[in-house]
Amino acid sequence: MKYETIVGLEIHAELKTKTKIFCSCSTKFGSRPNENTCPVCLGLPGTLPVVNEEVINLAVKAGIALKCKINQISKMDRKNYFYPDLPKAYQISQFNLPICKDGYIEINSKEKIKKVRLNRIHIEEDAGKLIHSENEAYSLIDYNRAGIPLIEIVTEPDLRSAEEAVAFLKALKEILEYCDISDCKMEEGSLRCDVNISLREKGSSKLNTKVEIKNLNSFKELQRAIEQEEERQRKLYALGEGHKIIQETRRFDSSKGETVSMRTKEDINDYRYFKEPDLLPILIRNEIIEKAKESIPELPNEKRERFKNIYKLNEKEIEIIVGDRSLAKYYEELVNKGVNAKIASNWLLSDISRLMNENKLTIDKFPVRPDRMSKLLKFVESGKINNSAAKEVLEEMVNKLSDENPEEIIKKRGLIQENSVEKIKPIVEKVLKENEKVVEEYKNGKKQVKGFLVGMIIKATEKKANPRVINEILDEILM
Amino acid sequence: MEIEKLTALEIREGIIRGDFSCEELVKKLYKRIKVVDKDINAYLTLCEEKALEDARKVDEKVKNKKILGKLAGVPIAIKDNICTDEIKTTCASKMLEDFIPPYNASVIKKLKEEDAIIIGKTNMDEFSMGGSTENSAFKITKNPHDLERVPGGSSGGSAAAVASGIAVLSLGSDTGGSIRQPAAFCGVIGLKPTYGLVSRFGLVSFASSLDQIGPITKSVKDCALCLDVVAGYDPKDNTSSKSQETISYLEGIDAGVRGMKIVLPEELLSQDINVEIKNAIEESAKKFKELGAEVEYIPLSVFNRGLSSYYIISSAEASSNLGRYDGIRYGYRTKEFKDVYELMVKSRSEAFGEEVKRRIMFGTLVLSSNYYDDYYKKALKFRGNLSREFKKIFEGYDLILSPVTLDFPSKIGEKKSNSLEMNFGDVYTSNVNLAGLPAISIPCGKSTNGLPIGIQIIGDHFSERKILRAAEAFLGGAKV
Repeated sequence: MKYETIVGLEIHAELKTKTKIFCSCSTKFGSRPNENTCPVCLGLPGTLPVVNEEVINLAVKAGIALKCKINQISKMDRKNYFYPDLPKAYQISQFNLPICKDGYIEINSKEKIKKVRLNRIHIEEDAGKLIHSENEAYSLIDYNRAGIPLIEIVTEPDLRSAEEAVAFLKALKEILEYCDISDCKMEEGSLRCDVNISLREKGSSKLNTKVEIKNLNSFKELQRAIEQEEERQRKLYALGEGHKIIQETRRFDSSKGETVSMRTKEDINDYRYFKEPDLLPILIRNEIIEKAKESIPELPNEKRERFKNIYKLNEKEIEIIVGDRSLAKYYEELVNKGVNAKIASNWLLSDISRLMNENKLTIDKFPVRPDRMSKLLKFVESGKINNSAAKEVLEEMVNKLSDENPEEIIKKRGLIQENSVEKIKPIVEKVLKENEKVVEEYKNGKKQVKGFLVGMIIKATEKKANPRVINEILDEILM
Repeated sequence: MEIEKLTALEIREGIIRGDFSCEELVKKLYKRIKVVDKDINAYLTLCEEKALEDARKVDEKVKNKKILGKLAGVPIAIKDNICTDEIKTTCASKMLEDFIPPYNASVIKKLKEEDAIIIGKTNMDEFSMGGSTENSAFKITKNPHDLERVPGGSSGGSAAAVASGIAVLSLGSDTGGSIRQPAAFCGVIGLKPTYGLVSRFGLVSFASSLDQIGPITKSVKDCALCLDVVAGYDPKDNTSSKSQETISYLEGIDAGVRGMKIVLPEELLSQDINVEIKNAIEESAKKFKELGAEVEYIPLSVFNRGLSSYYIISSAEASSNLGRYDGIRYGYRTKEFKDVYELMVKSRSEAFGEEVKRRIMFGTLVLSSNYYDDYYKKALKFRGNLSREFKKIFEGYDLILSPVTLDFPSKIGEKKSNSLEMNFGDVYTSNVNLAGLPAISIPCGKSTNGLPIGIQIIGDHFSERKILRAAEAFLGGAKV
């Protein structure tokens, strides 16, 4: 029998606010444990929450970027459960009146564009973090994360494979990053993903019992978890043991490469949701929606289209450059400063990327900013220096953290490219003389030695000669 | 100086005139507390050193002819569920026996800004759950009018302290009658302001949508004065109201009730009410008429049915509000436990009293998915209807009169085991909280054996000015 996989995602994204959702504590990641806490986010008796307006603004922005309807009247609710990382024993969240509903994202699946529907986006507070130490009888709690604002984005069960789920999450991450809604650092937990997954006979429209897999914190984990769970369920159906698939929460054990049960439905909390009496309903004025609309930049898919049409980049280049908002920004700054679109993308994807990797830098931290980089590339474009000289200059600027301008380094090192045939020709002749044997080989048909000769000539000109001119002279002499 | 007889206004004037120093006054008060409170047990914590320090600051201001705050030198007692910086705030619970908040409630901050002197923290029913102060984990407070009887509750300590002259005024909190009922039982004045008028920041929550802090005083003017200080918008409390009163509540307080339209719900007097109380209420209605008000009896059936909604909503919110007391971050922690869940379960089981546990369980039940629609949702619906009904009345009338209690305070221990009977005492007061309305309880007579009787004056939202005017007219400016 043929089965298809039904997947829905629930994504938690930390909002990029300076302060927490209900108090003025910092949201900084990596602070000392419990440094960013106060009586409010620790849930001390008598304290009350006050909603950070920036949270509302960002949630509305997310709603608009994800094509949702905005509920202009929404409310906060309490989700009650006991856990040591939850200071008030309830999480302030939204239950039946979320701030946004009914959106969608378009993803590429099997060469086609697919619309993945979003059920809702709601705002809520994050909990603290338990730290278990293996050798001690106790655990420690860090409440720095308690009260960090989150949006939870819930999809409809529209995804049909691990690949689609990954494509969706990538597209979502890109949009949230582009709009400055979340920094989406999966490794720091600022973007987390839960998966709901079930199988059904192809062609059927009913939804079978689903299993939830919690806390998938990388694309790889998401991919593998879905594949493993798909496989587990497929085997059970094949054995006629479909009934053994029960509604439960599982987690992905990446060392074993399989999903394991955490709790079944019977253990699932009755959260006793009710309206948060400490907070008034959230009213969203038209101005807030208008402002959010204005603040949304060009979205990734729009940018892809534009890069294809205007800069004539190929698909691979577009994927890499547009896939990272900062990279795209850097690229466009180069082009806007007059660098040829093709040269800019070549350099960005080869030498700049290599130097970023070698130095473990992101493009934001790359020391050569577009103004200096564009100057350097214009030297290349005009033929004043050759590629290898330009690499040398770039390396000096990056590795020696030199803040000199390219022209100063070029001048200092005497790297201006030599284009004059009269000046290069004698050097070519000299090198050929010194390498008569190689010339002989070339004439005997071993054409690949030409590269060696060019290299020797460049070296002899102290890397200054224009390789194109060298080639022309060589061709002329060796013909 | 007979400190037990002085009102806040008189103290401020006395200090300014130089009749006595604030330090002298505060010392004298503590001397009196040490004698009187042996019998009354109104206080849980006294903060004599801090109070004397603050008193000397006031005297210094007088000496240097600086402007004095509205409550300069006035010794105030605070219910022990209102957070006081560096002073224990226990909610009369074993759970918070050693809890010292690192912050002041907004009302405390305001009192201090007006140069008031915080004398100590008063006894109460644990987490405000109860109507006799017998649910305190620490001590039994006695009614100053009859030491064998309860002072009422939950703000029993605050009412008893004012009634026995060991505080000039006090703050209580009222969720279903917890200021008005003990004020009535102790023969003092207690005001439950409109929901949202006084900031709840720093008030340990019992039922967030009902709780409100208010003054307990010896005179209506003191009540107005204290309200002047504690009322107003607080950015730390999202439910506090932005419509600010800028004129003092003392302004126009003597204008009388002539022309006011006052009603008594017919049903109130047909209920199972003590006949002496019933007579006192009817006499009071006559008095209001004599003072120039129009008084009418009208049917107001919704008044009789608020109690179950009140218990459902307040317990539901309480079950959530009290979840944070889990022994993890602060408060009582059990000695031995296998894992974190046992730590939480045992800490809560050992540190909460019976009534608190009963309400947590009831509140958890009514919010659970199987019962939500039948209880919590229905209660919310009733609450909405109740508010609309009150609104209709206030379209035609200024004030509603009602009794505060069905009966006189019980003997200590008499009703403690009977939670239901005890809770039924909230019938006249809890619907006022459900509708978020302001109401005052003032003395309106005494029983043949000398126990005070209170009458409740209820007004529309933010009509405190009208309520205080009526109360002042009724008492004729008298101290109680």
